[in-house]
Amino acid sequence: MERLARVAVLAFAAMLALPGLAQSPRSGGELVFPVPSEPPSYDGHREETFGLIHPIAPFYNTLLRIDPNDKSGTKAVPSLAESWTVSSDKLTYTFKLRKGVKFHDGSEMTSKDVKASYDKIIFPPAGVGSSRKGQYADVAAVEAPDAYTVSFRLKEPSASFISSMASPWNFIYKADILAKDPHWYEKNIMGTGPFTFVEHVKGSHIVGKKNPNYWDKGKPYLDGFRAIFIRDSASQVAAIRGERAHIQFRGFSPAERDSIVSTLGKKATVQESPWDCILMVGMNHEKKPFDDKRVRRALTLALDRNQASKSLSKIAIVKEVAGVQVPGTPYATPPAELAKLAGYWPDIEKSRAESRRLLKEAGVPEGFQFTFTNRGVPMPYEPLGVWLIDQWRRVGLNVQQQVIEPAAYFGTIRKGDAQVFMDFQCGYIVEPDLDMYKFLSSDRNPANYGRYKDPVLDALYDKQSRTIDFEERGQIVQQFEKRLLDEEAHYLMTLQWHRIIPHSAKVHGWTITPSHYLNNTLDTVWLSQ
Amino acid sequence: MASYILKRLAAMVPTLLGVAVLIFLLLRVVPGDVVEARYLTQGSQFQSQELMNQERQKLGLDQPLWRQFATWMAGLARLDFGLSMWTSSPISEEIKLRFALSLQLALMASTIATLLAIPLGILAAVKQDTWADYAVRVFSIAGLATPSFWLGILMILVMLTVFKWMPPVVFTPIWVNPWDNLAQLIWPALAVGYRYSAVGTRMMRSAMLEVLREDYIRTARAKGLRLKLILTRHALKNAILPVLTVISLEFAFLLGGLVVTEQVFNLNGLGMLFVEAISRRDYTLTQALVMLVATVFLLVNLAVDIAYAWLDPRIRYR
Repeated sequence: MERLARVAVLAFAAMLALPGLAQSPRSGGELVFPVPSEPPSYDGHREETFGLIHPIAPFYNTLLRIDPNDKSGTKAVPSLAESWTVSSDKLTYTFKLRKGVKFHDGSEMTSKDVKASYDKIIFPPAGVGSSRKGQYADVAAVEAPDAYTVSFRLKEPSASFISSMASPWNFIYKADILAKDPHWYEKNIMGTGPFTFVEHVKGSHIVGKKNPNYWDKGKPYLDGFRAIFIRDSASQVAAIRGERAHIQFRGFSPAERDSIVSTLGKKATVQESPWDCILMVGMNHEKKPFDDKRVRRALTLALDRNQASKSLSKIAIVKEVAGVQVPGTPYATPPAELAKLAGYWPDIEKSRAESRRLLKEAGVPEGFQFTFTNRGVPMPYEPLGVWLIDQWRRVGLNVQQQVIEPAAYFGTIRKGDAQVFMDFQCGYIVEPDLDMYKFLSSDRNPANYGRYKDPVLDALYDKQSRTIDFEERGQIVQQFEKRLLDEEAHYLMTLQWHRIIPHSAKVHGWTITPSHYLNNTLDTVWLSQ
Repeated sequence: MASYILKRLAAMVPTLLGVAVLIFLLLRVVPGDVVEARYLTQGSQFQSQELMNQERQKLGLDQPLWRQFATWMAGLARLDFGLSMWTSSPISEEIKLRFALSLQLALMASTIATLLAIPLGILAAVKQDTWADYAVRVFSIAGLATPSFWLGILMILVMLTVFKWMPPVVFTPIWVNPWDNLAQLIWPALAVGYRYSAVGTRMMRSAMLEVLREDYIRTARAKGLRLKLILTRHALKNAILPVLTVISLEFAFLLGGLVVTEQVFNLNGLGMLFVEAISRRDYTLTQALVMLVATVFLLVNLAVDIAYAWLDPRIRYR
């Protein structure tokens, strides 16, 4: 009897599993997705907006890519390069390229094209803009010893080099075109990607169609895609609710997710992930009393991040309590360790008592007034600004908020007039070299609006960057984090953004990652109807 | 008449020059520029002052203001608006499609407003203080009190929740696919047209009431002329003048001022382009748009004045 029951259970389980097994990719259909921003140009080497990546990435390939099925968005896998080796001194990386990869004009992609593309990124000719030149400061030379081999010679070992080769921005362009006109790719599209360019109607949409000669045989599954530019989030939600669009790849707020799910019901799928974007509070070290680390520590100790994670995540695109790395990714500090840092203690009363004590010790009187400068963007700047002011009020601080219009915001805080201000960073991949660069001394990084110099912190950064061993590097990352957020409290973190993608259940083959810059090549995406 | 039109056209030049100086200076007073908007707002870790300086030089933003203005004016004199600072594309190309959409929407909304305002205004005046008058007044006051974008949101919600349908989100020119074009534009045209018909209806009603009390209308009635004839041949021509002014100026405003309605219906019109250009500090595009809208306003004003003379022979221009 028991055996019969077991067989019945197994049969039932197999029956349940069948539809899953039957979900093999289906070819055909056009994926329609809203993009909240339009690309200023088509050149991925030059631009910084996701408004370029979402509609333009499907036309290109990169040397490596982040595994489209890796939810942590950190695992680099081959793309145009099919394999790579590292020299014993860790100073030379050699990539073997795939053979038979064709550009959309029918010509073959070779090492000459890879070298020309990376030379443009790392050593741009006069008058050519490269937003990512600084990221490859360790590269001494790019060489192409034969048609299918590319080598990168480094000045120093770099722990993040392989990740940086999977940057979604580093499209491989055709060398002959770049040689004739290095600006050609700003206004034209021609890559090796799974889709070929059809049209761009300004302010309206970009259309791509399947590349029949794509090197990854059998892909892409879609016949094409249509990226529609919709700036307003309510209109994006309406487009998905009304089934005029399948998915939006940046993210929605919890309320917008609920609105889509309530309309579409089972016809909607929701994917969520911590998001590699965070709002931080910068404190201008050139303004008193924020030059005093006791005051800066007091500001972070006043924050009840654990409670905020529960309450703010219901109304805003923030959720996870985090340090300098996105929770759940390889170098993220475990929660138990994070809880030892100032401002992360589980006992908020003890934390606030310490905050008051430090303020008193630093000579900051009860009711001390300062201005918190915030950016005029509703989500999530507004709710986080309100939360911060309330938290600081609880330790006897009187905070006034100054809101500055978005386009003028960073120009204003760069000038150094603000006392305490909201700062922001978003990464295309979770990697300590990228995520921690922001916090280097202001003479090394002009994006350090806290205007401090900390040679110890800089040394820790350099050390982790050169450390190839995973465990050892992880320990240095934690030392960096402790100095940045606890001992010196140069900056303080609010909450990690939380990425929410509610989409049509027809969309398959797309996995959410912590970065809205990743996974937009669309070669693995398919539609079930 | 021809010399009057020429004089008016010549008078536009100093007006447009004043607008040009004003918008040029105002844009440069506002903090931030297109380079900051491009390279500082995305939360990127690697910022390069060298790159930003290089971009400013390329766009001519490192030049003294008088030289920037002179370059712009020289371009305008040749009807060359230059390149957008954000996209580096010709501004005429940026505006072309948006202008077609905004023009069609303004025409549709103005037509709806006129078709509603004139008959309803006449009806309310002729049937003054009857249920018909009250109904028209309620309808028009509701129109005045309801912002068109709110009506638009309501329309979309009803279409989504009741009819499980949503208008297309991508603009198709009418000559490509008239059905798709109308399926997208009829809703904002109705929302905006209703709002503007309310102003017109009330003006039509009061103008008509005034005209209906004139001696020549009483004479026409005393002669035994039919009411329809009195209204169409004698009263309407005189009463319609203020309504014409209002609807015409609204038409000019609709070309560039429908920002929120365009956002609600995801219309790729001039209003949205305006907002984007300003928020990105795209000086050249914003300047071109302001000049375009100012020119349209001046031309519409001139057209209204000419229409006055045609409708009312007592008016003569020198």
